[in-house]
Amino acid sequence: MDFRFSQDQLDFQDSVKTFLAGECTPEHLRKLVETETRRDAERWQKLAELGLTGFFVPEDLGGLGLSEVDFVLIAEACGAAALPETLVEQAAVIVPLLAACPAAKARDDALSSFAEGTLQLAIKTPGLHYVSDMHTAGALVFAGDNSSVMLAQGADVSASAQTSIDPLRCLFDVSVKGGQKLADDSAALWARAFERGALFSAAQLSGLAQNMIDMTVAYAGQRTQFGKPIGSFQAVKHHLASAQVAVSFAQPVVYRAAYAVAHGAADMSAAVSHAKIAAGDAAMTASKAAIQCHGAMGYTFEVDLHLWMKRAWALIGAWGDRDYHMKRVADFTLGANAPIGADLTFSAFDNAG
Amino acid sequence: MTMDLAFTDQERELRAEVRAWMSAHVPQMPLASMDTREGFEQHRDWERTLHSGRWSMVTWPEQLGGRGANLIEWLIFEEEYYRAGAPTRVNQNGIFLLGPTLMEYGTEAQKEKFLPRMAAGDDIWAQAWSEPGAGSDMAAIRTKAIRDGDHYVINGQKTWSTRAAFADWCFGLFRTDPDSQRHKGLSFVLVPLSTPGITVRPIPQLDGRTGFAEIFFDDVRVPAENLLGEEGGGWGVAMSTAGFERGLMLRSPARFQETARRLVALYNANKDKVSAATGERVVQAWMDAEAYCLNTYMTASRLIAGGSIGVEASLNKIFWSELDLAMHETAMGIMGAEAELMRETQSARAAGDWLGGFLFSLAGPIYAGTNEIQRNVIAERMLGLPR
Repeated sequence: MDFRFSQDQLDFQDSVKTFLAGECTPEHLRKLVETETRRDAERWQKLAELGLTGFFVPEDLGGLGLSEVDFVLIAEACGAAALPETLVEQAAVIVPLLAACPAAKARDDALSSFAEGTLQLAIKTPGLHYVSDMHTAGALVFAGDNSSVMLAQGADVSASAQTSIDPLRCLFDVSVKGGQKLADDSAALWARAFERGALFSAAQLSGLAQNMIDMTVAYAGQRTQFGKPIGSFQAVKHHLASAQVAVSFAQPVVYRAAYAVAHGAADMSAAVSHAKIAAGDAAMTASKAAIQCHGAMGYTFEVDLHLWMKRAWALIGAWGDRDYHMKRVADFTLGANAPIGADLTFSAFDNAG
Repeated sequence: MTMDLAFTDQERELRAEVRAWMSAHVPQMPLASMDTREGFEQHRDWERTLHSGRWSMVTWPEQLGGRGANLIEWLIFEEEYYRAGAPTRVNQNGIFLLGPTLMEYGTEAQKEKFLPRMAAGDDIWAQAWSEPGAGSDMAAIRTKAIRDGDHYVINGQKTWSTRAAFADWCFGLFRTDPDSQRHKGLSFVLVPLSTPGITVRPIPQLDGRTGFAEIFFDDVRVPAENLLGEEGGGWGVAMSTAGFERGLMLRSPARFQETARRLVALYNANKDKVSAATGERVVQAWMDAEAYCLNTYMTASRLIAGGSIGVEASLNKIFWSELDLAMHETAMGIMGAEAELMRETQSARAAGDWLGGFLFSLAGPIYAGTNEIQRNVIAERMLGLPR
């Protein structure tokens, strides 16, 4: 039993944080909102150079072949920076799905081009109502008849844009015909893709929540009323302390869920749903504390907070909303002979691979 | 290293050993309340039984009657302890508060005098921190311990002193420099409660029992060798004690996971009459108890690897105390018209005395530093907000 990340994993997260602190600043985000695609192709290329697109690509196709435990800290950092590009969904949900399909030219080409940063991918699945970033994607992965894994490009795909409250989310209602079959009868692969989608949304939510707290601490330290920084008032302190409690107790839940997915543990679904709920609730708590402590400024575009809040609100509903996940945890917890008890928290890992 | 959330063979063997021992030794019938003389002595006997199996202080070094268990092993022990439904520890103040402080600050003579008796349950310790004018503001302590030859002479009053009604000793902070202010001039002194001049007045709590008490000191003479640490350096010694208390070991996750498990059972037995909202609160309770467990395992892993615990202890205190209250509130709701029945009533005992737990859980956000103080600590020392 050793519930710690390795130094390599922590160092990798640090390098990504450093990169994003330089290349994905609030100023970059404000400028990007005004652009046509709302996506930064140069930044995408640099993310690929850092190895982030190749995270789950098998090593023989030019990737790193790493695991969910390695990536969870990266997803958290992407959330904290409110990274507009859907790196997390593409690299850590779509790619592992493709990687689990049988080797074939179309699949291998897609994976190696993705690892190089020359191809972007989008996903259409019953677990998601809308497709993200169809406008910059070169290919769409979707579920065909019999839960097959399909790949479609070009004229097979028609997309109509939907407007999200998050100005940096690009959503599409997509219909698709034709396409190429990569794997037949793949319900288990789609189920695993859904778990990854929910898990890494949770990780991003945890990062978003922490950053909303940090932004608000900075604001409350500067803004003065009654001759003092508002952050010196207990009413403000207690809002932020409560939000910090929520985030600090969501993080370990998210990390355990990453471990459960990486090891194919029997309680994976409950672990992921718990993570999505805990991180979503922490992000909601943090967003409410943040807007309240920013006062009227928090209700405007004048400060950057809104970009983080809106991303959080969007992700709370994506990859299974709170009620969906609550029902899954309830089915696990309240069922007959549920494996719950003080000695059973890690029991699913005793025989896990 | 890489993250590994499976237990090692050695850890599994420890679990099996604890489980076997508990199943052979945990009393079949619940003990009387430790807030009665009879129950207190029953609980002391249980400490002696634990000690005979070297289970009373598992984290203490072997030469002191412990097992030198690391924090992960301690968590496993606690999981099995609560799983077995073993009695509440009357010696909590000794094991987790004074014991580690003695090991850090005590002289060899003090360690020899106090630790083995503490481990054996021969001495049960009470806390003596708060005073009528010094609650959250502990630096306002006024009770004096003035040096007179080779003794200290103590005058004043302590209050909310847990276990004091029946305990053998108390430990706490006293003002040894009568002209000092605030954190300076305080000393950490160990006082036998049988010393002439001490009057202990038990205070009835919400449930009518007397878990804590006032202690009046009237020219109480205590040998100077009962000073722990430096004279005037008591605040630093106490903060280390308080750190242990608020930190990892005051409330092990197993306690709350066991409550959550019982809550799920209570819900399942009443499923037909309660609302869906109640079901969701039950699931939330289970999730939060799990989160507390996971967070504790992360902290324990970090500490074993050489890390330390600081301000995050305040996060723990808030989380478990609010969780405990929420769980009992939910249980009271499910109990409905039965909820008000005292534990003397058979049906209340049969249901697991949720009322007693509810009343106790209300104290959680207050003792060991109120949650308001903890939120200030988080805001100022963790987040860096201005004072």
